[in-house]
Amino acid sequence: MAAEAPVLEVRGITKRFPGVVANDRVDFDVRAGEVHALLGENGAGKSTLMNILYGLYRADEGEIRLRGKPVVFGSAKDAIELGIGMVHQHFMLIPVMTVAENIVLGVEPRRDGFLLDERTAEERVRDLSQRFGLAVEPGALVSTITVGQQQRVEILKALYRGADVLILDEPTAVLTPQEAAELFEIVRALKADGKSIVFITHKLNEVLEIADRISVLRRGRMVATFPRAGATEESLARAMVGREVLLRVEKTPANPGEPMLQLEDLHVVDDRGIEKVRGVSFEVRGGEILALAGVDGNGQTELIDAIAGLRHVASGRVRVAGRDVTNGGARVSLDAGLGHIPQDRQLRGLVLEFTIAENVELHDFDKPPASRWGWLFPRRFVERARRLIREFDVRGGGPLTRAGALSGGNQQKVILAREIDRDPQVLIAAQPTRGLDVGAIEFVHRRLVEERDEGRAILLVSLELDEVLGLADRILVMFEGQIVGEFPPTATEEELGIAMTGGRQREAA
Amino acid sequence: MQEEPGAAPSGPGLVERYRVRQKAGGLVAPLLTLLLAFLISGVVVLATTGSFADTGKTYRAIFRGAGLNWFFEVGHHTVGLPFSHARVWFPWNTDDISSTAAANLEQTLILWTALVLTGLAVAFAFRCGLFNIGGNGQYLAGSIGAVLIATELPHLVGLPGALLAIVSVAGAALAGAALAGIAGLLKGTVGAHEVITTIMLNWIVVWVGSYLFDIGGPLQTKAAGAAGAVPSSADVPDAAKLKVFWGDPLLQGVHVGIFLAIAALAVYTLTLNRTTLGYEVRAVGFNAEAARYGGINVARNYFVAMAIAGGFAGLAGALDVLGWQYRVDITTIQGTNVGFLGVAVALLGRNRAVGVALAALLFAGLSTGTASRNLDPTIFAPGVGSSLAVIIQGLVVLFVGADLLVLIALGWLRRVRARPARQATAAQGAAP
Repeated sequence: MAAEAPVLEVRGITKRFPGVVANDRVDFDVRAGEVHALLGENGAGKSTLMNILYGLYRADEGEIRLRGKPVVFGSAKDAIELGIGMVHQHFMLIPVMTVAENIVLGVEPRRDGFLLDERTAEERVRDLSQRFGLAVEPGALVSTITVGQQQRVEILKALYRGADVLILDEPTAVLTPQEAAELFEIVRALKADGKSIVFITHKLNEVLEIADRISVLRRGRMVATFPRAGATEESLARAMVGREVLLRVEKTPANPGEPMLQLEDLHVVDDRGIEKVRGVSFEVRGGEILALAGVDGNGQTELIDAIAGLRHVASGRVRVAGRDVTNGGARVSLDAGLGHIPQDRQLRGLVLEFTIAENVELHDFDKPPASRWGWLFPRRFVERARRLIREFDVRGGGPLTRAGALSGGNQQKVILAREIDRDPQVLIAAQPTRGLDVGAIEFVHRRLVEERDEGRAILLVSLELDEVLGLADRILVMFEGQIVGEFPPTATEEELGIAMTGGRQREAA
Repeated sequence: MQEEPGAAPSGPGLVERYRVRQKAGGLVAPLLTLLLAFLISGVVVLATTGSFADTGKTYRAIFRGAGLNWFFEVGHHTVGLPFSHARVWFPWNTDDISSTAAANLEQTLILWTALVLTGLAVAFAFRCGLFNIGGNGQYLAGSIGAVLIATELPHLVGLPGALLAIVSVAGAALAGAALAGIAGLLKGTVGAHEVITTIMLNWIVVWVGSYLFDIGGPLQTKAAGAAGAVPSSADVPDAAKLKVFWGDPLLQGVHVGIFLAIAALAVYTLTLNRTTLGYEVRAVGFNAEAARYGGINVARNYFVAMAIAGGFAGLAGALDVLGWQYRVDITTIQGTNVGFLGVAVALLGRNRAVGVALAALLFAGLSTGTASRNLDPTIFAPGVGSSLAVIIQGLVVLFVGADLLVLIALGWLRRVRARPARQATAAQGAAP
C-alpha cells in the first residue's frame, strides 16, 4: 500500500491570515484505502488545511493535486464534485427533515420535473447505508435520532455525493465511548471499500487505534508524519506540543476532610418540565475530587445548575460549607464559598465582549476592593488581572484584551483563575478541558489536583472517561437523573461505560 | 479552533463576525453610511430640481438653514460669563441674536437638546440588551408631567424661585422613568418583549394626554386668547420657565436645558463605565446568561436600565416644555416624533456619548435646515422640503440598519485590493 500513488496530495501549502501564518509550507497526502490522521493542538492549523482541501479557503501558495492532476477549488461545490466530502464537527443537518431528505438535499431525485421523489430517495439511502454498514432509518426525522446517528447521516450525505476522500473533523468529540467504537467500525468498512479518510483529532489513543499514518501539525507547520507502527502516545504528544507532556496526572492519595458540598434527595426539572434530576444525594469532602461520569444529557447539567443557584430546585437540599443555599440564587451560592467552572465557557463563563480584567471581577465587581459605594476602580481590576495572568500563564493578551480574542485554552485559564482566586470551599469543574489541547489539559488537571491538596472539595463533571479515571478519588455514575453506581478510580472504562448506559443500574444502586 | 481567524465552518458565521466588528465601533462605517444616505438623497433632489447646480444649492441651503454657517463667521467678539458681569474673548458673535445664522442655529440647538436625551434613552437601554421604542411615550410623559407639576403645584405649596423648575424637571424625569420602568418590570418578571410593551405604552400616553388636553378635556386651558387655537394645557408659570441665555425667549432661544443634555452625556458615559450599575447593565446587555452566572440579578437590571432610559426621555420632554413650548398642545401629543428620532440618533451614534452628540446634531440640523423657509422656493417647492429631511433621515436609518452590508462591502474592497498586491509579491518571490 505504501508504494501506491496518493489520491489527494497538497504540496507547499501556505495560508496567511492577518497577523498569523495558519499554514506554513504544509505537505500532506492521503492514499486510497488509507486512514491518515491529522493531529495538532487547537490553532495548529488543522482546520485551515482541511478548509483548503474542501475548497472553503484558497491557499496563498502551494498546489493541490487530485489523482496526480493539479486542481483549483473555487468553492466547496468544486471539491464535492471532485469527490471530496467533509463531516464537520458541528453537524449541518436540518432537524425538521427526514434522514433521507437531508441526505439528498441539493441533488434530489425528482419526479414530474420538480417534485421530490421520496421513494427513490429513501431506497438510495437504504442501499448506501447497507453497503457501508451505516445503520440509519431513512424515514426518521433528524431531530429524533441520536448524535451518533446524525453523524452517520453526515457521512452518508458525503458518500451520496460520490465522495472518495472523506474528511472527518474531530468526529468523536460528541460521541460516547460506545458510539465512538461504532464509528471506528464504519471507518474500517469505508477503508476496506477503498475510500480515503482524513481523520482530524487531538485525542492520541484514537489515532493509534484507527490510523494507518499520522501527521502532526504544530503552529502551522507539518512537524512529522509517523507510520502507526512504532508511534506511541508519548511520542505523538511530544510532536504536538513540542516538549515532554505528562499524559497521566500525578497525584498522591486523597486526604478527605469535612463534607463541604452536601446534596439531599435533589429533584430538578428542566425548561420543558421534564424531571432531569430524580433524587440525587451525595457529599463531596474537602481534599477530594469526586467525579460525576455519565453520557451527556443524563441530568448532569441540571444538577450543576441547581447546585450553583442557576436553576430552581423542585425538592431537596443543597448545602455549601454547611450553609443551606437551596434556591438562593447564584449570589448566595457564590458567597457561601462555591466556585464554578461552567460547562460552556463562551455562553456563560465569560462575557466575551468584556476585557480580561472585567471578566476576572465578574463575581466581585460590587465589593471592595473592586468598587466602593457603587463606584468602580478599574485600575484595581487591571492589577488583579495582571497578577492572575502571570499566575495562570494566560497567553495571547493583557488585562485589557477582550476575552473573546483569546483562544479556548486561555479563556479557560481566565475562568479557572477567577474561580480559584476567590478561595472557594467547593469547586465545581464542569467539563473543564472540553475542546482544549494537550498542553492546556495538562495545566488544568495539575491545577485541579493542587486545589484538592489545598483542601478544597472538587466536583468534576466530565464526559471524558480518561479524565474521570485520571483525576477522581471517587467516581459516581449518573444515568437518567439518578446516581447508578459508585466506583473507585481503579475501575475500568468498560465498567463505567456499562453503568453509564444503564446496564448495571439495579445491581450497583 | 478559536485561534484561526475566520474559520468559516467551525468558527462564528459571517454575520456573527461582522456583528463583532459592528460593535467594535469605529468611524468609517457610520461616515460611509451617511455619505451613502446623502448621495442617494441627492438623486431624489436631482430628480426634483432637474439640475446638478440646483442640487448643490439645495444642500448648501440645508447647511445654512441649520445655522451651521454661523461657526464659519469667526471674528473678534466677546461673550458674557454667566453669574457675573465680566466679558471674555470669544471667536463667534453671540450678541447679534437676530442674524439668520444665529436664529437657525438656536433652533438646531433646541432640537439637539431633546434629541441627545431621547437618543440616550435608546442607547442606555440598548447597552442592557433592550430595544426601547418607547422614547416618544416617555418624552410625552415627561412633557405632561412637567406641565402638571408646574401648573398645579403652585396651588398647593409656594415654592421659591427656581425650585419650581427644578421640581418640575425632576418630576418629569421620574414620570418617564416610571413609564419605561413598567416595560422593564414586565420584561424581567414575565418576559414580555420590551418592543411590544413600549409601543403599547406610547399609545397609552398619547390617549391619556389627548383626554386631558383636547377639547372638553379636564385640563384644557380656558384662558382668554386660547379660544380657537390648538387645544392645549395652560401655560406654565414664569417661575417654572428655564432661562433662555442665547436668543429671544419669545422667538425660542437656547435655554439652560442644553447644559443638562450635555451633563446627561457625561452621566451616561460615567454610569456605564465607572459604576457597578453600569457594569451590571453592560454584562446583562452583552451576555445575560453570563451575568446571571456571575451573580447579577438580570431582571432587576432590565427594570433599572429601562427606568434610567425613560428618565432621559422624560427629561427631554420637561426641557422642551419648560424651555420653549411652555405648554403641551394636542398636535405635539399626537404628532411628535422626537422619541423615534432618538432611535436613529442612538443607532447612528453607536450607543456612545460622542456618537449620540454628533448624530443628534446631524438630525437636528437636517430638521431645521429643511424647513421650508430655508429652501429657495424657486428651486425646491415649499412643503417638499420637509419631506426631503424625512427621506434623508429614513435613508440614514436604513443604512445604519444595513451597515452590516456596508461592513461586508468594506471587507470585500479590502480583500480585492490586497489580492493583486499579494500576487505581485508572490511573483517577485518566485522570480529569482
